[in-house]
Amino acid sequence: MPASDLLPLAEVSQDFFRDRSGGGCIQENRLFCPGWVVDNFDRYVDPTVQHLGLVVSAVVGGFLIAFLLAILAHRHRWLSSPFLAATGVLYTIPSISFFFLLLPITGRGALTAIIALTAFTLQIIFRNITNGLRNVPHEVTDAATGIGLTKRQLLWQVELPLALPEIIAGLRIATVSTVALATLAVFANGGGLGTEIVVGSNITFKTGIIVAGSIAVLMAIVFDALLLLAGRLIAPWTKVAR
Amino acid sequence: MIELPFLPLAAFGLFGDAFDFIFNQQEAATGGVMVGGPEQVIELATKQLEVTLLALGLSLLIALPLGLILGHYGRGEFLAVSVGNAGRAIPELALIALMAAAIGVGLFNLVIALAILGIPPILTNTFVGIRQVNRSSVEAARGMGMSDRQVITRVELPLAIPMIMGGVRTSAINIIATATIAPLAGILTLGDFIISRNVYGDAGVLAGAVLVALMAVALEMVLAGTQWAMTSKGMKLQKS
Repeated sequence: MPASDLLPLAEVSQDFFRDRSGGGCIQENRLFCPGWVVDNFDRYVDPTVQHLGLVVSAVVGGFLIAFLLAILAHRHRWLSSPFLAATGVLYTIPSISFFFLLLPITGRGALTAIIALTAFTLQIIFRNITNGLRNVPHEVTDAATGIGLTKRQLLWQVELPLALPEIIAGLRIATVSTVALATLAVFANGGGLGTEIVVGSNITFKTGIIVAGSIAVLMAIVFDALLLLAGRLIAPWTKVAR
Repeated sequence: MIELPFLPLAAFGLFGDAFDFIFNQQEAATGGVMVGGPEQVIELATKQLEVTLLALGLSLLIALPLGLILGHYGRGEFLAVSVGNAGRAIPELALIALMAAAIGVGLFNLVIALAILGIPPILTNTFVGIRQVNRSSVEAARGMGMSDRQVITRVELPLAIPMIMGGVRTSAINIIATATIAPLAGILTLGDFIISRNVYGDAGVLAGAVLVALMAVALEMVLAGTQWAMTSKGMKLQKS
């Protein structure tokens, strides 16, 4: 089956191939046509904004849930294994499959994509928060308890700040992976850069695939750098590991 | 958009259709041909497993020896670690689509593309796993007169197994997930049920999603079991 039969959502109008400065690049369908990109860059603005929306919602949602689970597991150690197992299953189920498991419940759309992507991030973030909390040296927590800190104070003023580098490391892994995975949201009608990749795939238009893919990679790099920077600003006493 | 009150019934209905699609052949949504049923399910599932295992095998073949050697000699840390970081940023969909559009469809190209996704986690984890092996264990092995090769295979590799298998499992999950979009590269896997909705209908889409999820979880469990079997008794005792 040719790729063009796979997805009916390609919207390619007549002026799609307008190529004022390309000089025949489009007609020959070369690997990359910079002239076309210059003329058609506006095409990528909406998908990029949608992509940002998917990633930010999924990572923020994933962080909030994973944080809650990690705090619970920190307070009640026995919860740790079941949480790890449950988030492990959610991590293992491929996002593209998850989208459609949700189909009878949330239908198609961005919400479905966000839920699936959120589920994917949980394990990475949960594991890093719990590891970070566990790696706080006993002497430090003993000293903090010794000077009369309550459990709540100990958590917020001592343990969490010291776990911050590992928490940030987890967020970076989760965010970068989610930027890449969110290209699949197109299959759930969730929008994002995947729409342009599928358009490019349907008409075997390499330049379109490369541009959309490159924006995704660039977005991942920018998020990674921002989180790294944020980590250094919030926790200046320690260089963020990795 | 979301009709929550009708949720349970509607959900059961569609899941019922999906299971029906798996176990009984039915006419395609487009009419004419018969689709679904155990025969097609097994055919596509076999293809998905085949593609996954080939790609995972190729990834291991490249990344494991490289990671072992780099880790053993402590060289190329920057390479091994940044490959792992960069690998996560590769958009799976763009990779498969570009491979198909620029180089061509087919099993060979698909396996190469999937291996590109599979190599980074194995390489990084193998490298880090070997570097984390207690140096005094390595010194002791050398003192006993072991060669480099013996140190790698008898001391470093066994001690790094949990870390290495962690990488293998990450790779495997990523590969089997991406094998779902293999139809874009002309290879029909279970993803065909999901992607070609116009042929299989919503029942087919949901059936595909259920099957892919089950396969991924099963693969993960097999690999977790393999890791357990490969981990030396001493390390298991140490953990508990």
